[in-house]
Amino acid sequence: MARRKIRFAAGIIIVLAAVAFFAISGFQEGKAYYRTLEELEALGPAVTGQRLRVAGIVADSSVVREGAVVTFQLEQETRRLAVQYVGSQPIPDTFKDGVEAVVEGKRRPDGTFEADRIQAKCASKYEARYGGAKHASE
Amino acid sequence: MASLGNLSITLALTFAAYALFALFYGAAAGRREVTKSGEHAVYVVFFFVTLAVASLSVLLLRSDFSIEYVANYSNRDLNLFYKFAALWGGQEGSLLFWSWILTFYGAIAAWVNRRYPGKLVPYTLGVVSLTSAFFLVINKFAANPFDRLVMDHGPGLALAPFVPADGNGLNPLLQHPAMVIHPPLLYLGYVGFVVPFSFCLAALMTRDLGSGWIKMARRWTLTAWLFLGVGILLGGKWAYVELGWGGYWAWDPVENASLMPWLTGTAFLHSVIVQERRNMLKVWNVVLILTTYMLAIFGTFLTRSGLVSSVHAFAQSAIGNYFAVFLILMGGFAIYLVVTRRGYLKSEKQLDSWASREASFLLNNLILLAACFAVLWGTIFPMISELVQGEKITVGAPYFNRINIPIGLFLLFLTGVGPLLAWRKTSFASMKRIFLWPAAGALVVAVACVVGGIRSFYAALSFSLAALVTITIVSEFYRAGRARMRSTGENFLRALYTVTAINKRRYGGYIVHFGFVLLVIGFTGQAFTTEGWGEVNVGDRFTVGRYDFECLAVDETEDPNWVGLKATLAVNRNGRPLGTMYPEKRFYTASEQATSEVRIRTSLKEDLYVVFAGMSEGNSKAVIQVWINPLVTWVWIGGMVMALGTIVTILPNVKERRLERRKRELDRLLEATEPV
Repeated sequence: MARRKIRFAAGIIIVLAAVAFFAISGFQEGKAYYRTLEELEALGPAVTGQRLRVAGIVADSSVVREGAVVTFQLEQETRRLAVQYVGSQPIPDTFKDGVEAVVEGKRRPDGTFEADRIQAKCASKYEARYGGAKHASE
Repeated sequence: MASLGNLSITLALTFAAYALFALFYGAAAGRREVTKSGEHAVYVVFFFVTLAVASLSVLLLRSDFSIEYVANYSNRDLNLFYKFAALWGGQEGSLLFWSWILTFYGAIAAWVNRRYPGKLVPYTLGVVSLTSAFFLVINKFAANPFDRLVMDHGPGLALAPFVPADGNGLNPLLQHPAMVIHPPLLYLGYVGFVVPFSFCLAALMTRDLGSGWIKMARRWTLTAWLFLGVGILLGGKWAYVELGWGGYWAWDPVENASLMPWLTGTAFLHSVIVQERRNMLKVWNVVLILTTYMLAIFGTFLTRSGLVSSVHAFAQSAIGNYFAVFLILMGGFAIYLVVTRRGYLKSEKQLDSWASREASFLLNNLILLAACFAVLWGTIFPMISELVQGEKITVGAPYFNRINIPIGLFLLFLTGVGPLLAWRKTSFASMKRIFLWPAAGALVVAVACVVGGIRSFYAALSFSLAALVTITIVSEFYRAGRARMRSTGENFLRALYTVTAINKRRYGGYIVHFGFVLLVIGFTGQAFTTEGWGEVNVGDRFTVGRYDFECLAVDETEDPNWVGLKATLAVNRNGRPLGTMYPEKRFYTASEQATSEVRIRTSLKEDLYVVFAGMSEGNSKAVIQVWINPLVTWVWIGGMVMALGTIVTILPNVKERRLERRKRELDRLLEATEPV
């Protein structure tokens, strides 16, 4: 009776341990630190090699495409970051001047950013167009 | 029309509150006439929500831009079909649509169980009404789709009504047939779990925790699970053909949110069998179904609150707070009930051996929950790390793949082994007999993979497990069909049909399992994806894998809704012409958004996936990106087979139907012979 219980407990622990092992190793591989441009500047070379995620506004007319590589500038208040996108997925359709974009990748030793993933948020067109429009219940 | 809609929501909310009170009070006080009246109120709620949905549809079809929702999600030139689909294209409309499905389910549950005696049904409908009331409160106060658009003319001036000349238009990415049916199916799935959830809470409240509630909830759970699964699959299909990044699943928070209840729902569907057959795992079942519905709501909370960044961008809004409060209250109540009723949830029996069907079900549950937890953890980790460490750390696809690939393969293994094991204990001799051929088949495929040059360990493992499961399923059908053929003299196909028809649960289940095999084969194809790109002018060529492309033309295209650029590519495989493909990039004028019109050449072996990525520096050359995705089609085929199998298991068995018919005949006879 007791032996049977131990056998079941052992089996369950083995399964959970395996899952935990995969989770931890996958976590090390997949984690990325979210940084603002300000933090990135302050940290400097300390973050070289770390996987990073950075958000900002795509600077006006900074997007240049050469084949599958796209370069552009990300803006956050007064700071700017030169980004080179080298990922295999195409740039999302929502990506264009003035939208908020999130890039994931590494800081290069020269301070520029090499991104292999990119997300762009839809700008809220509505507010831009109607300015002071607000809603109210009937 | 907007006033009618608003009034309908108010009335629906009032009746939902009444139903809630009448059902709980009536059941607790044992007053049948009160619960009956509550049941009728459930129908009335459905009627009024239907009226509200109809009002919003009319406003959308009429392009009445004085309504903010219509101005936000539709425009004049939008195709009529999509004007209607804008009903669930935005936050407010989709929440009203959600309420509609919820109250629809409530009305059906009331109708189907209208003759069922006892307290279980009134309590169940009471919980459904509580949820309906919650959503109607949101429809009424937090996200009212009937709000009028007004303009603020500055401080001190009154807000004036405002009607724009044209609307903002439905997001062009959503203008796709798969996208039109994907959200309703997903909602049918999410919301569908409300009924088994309510049955479970009702069973806990009434302390009637045998397998009664499970039997009543079974078809509901299967139906919800089916819709959710098909909804997820269609979402993947849409992402694949519309988003143009060559894949169908990105571990985006919203995708994860839909996967989690599907995983726990799957676990529930399996572990209920153990309760019905062996009266074990009662606590599991209760916890699993409660968790499933909570996860469905949690997913909605996650996507609507703006807490996580996702491609499924719903505006950040205060609606999240409503969901958070609901989750905490409902979750707290559920936990309270489980804790106080734990005495009723004990099972007398224990597991006998690892080599038993119970144990395989237990492992199935454990691993599905582990997968769900891993996905949950990865999804909310950015929030947790920010709270705990003050540093936002996100985890990407590598994390999810690293953990879910082995879990998926282990599940595939269980799919093959579990159904063949005996209840309680399988002897070594019978194990040898059952698994000799499947194991041999798996070994042959494994060797073939290695010889054939497949270097990915997981891919080889996946193919060999697929062989194992396929052999076990085919032999199960074969053995049953042959036995029937011998005993009745039916021909083999007829025998197969009858065997399935009289035991739909078992053989339908096998069909679902076979669909899962195909699905995994499709997933495995990702290990062999090839990609490349070309930068071309008219006349230029480039090569990706065994395909080469020649650019014949780059043209401008036009439509009332968009302007675009289209490339004409002549495609050859191994030097033989395959035809022309026309990838395109469009720019939608109303919403000021670009979309890629992907072109895909599908075969059972592989998809050729071609995207017009954009114009290169100086607008001189077109950049074309190409993926070769092996076996992708099997994902869709596998999903459809799973859906088909699920439908088979939902349908009543032939014997059940006959019994039902005999019972009805008997009832009629009795009525006819009643003394006057």
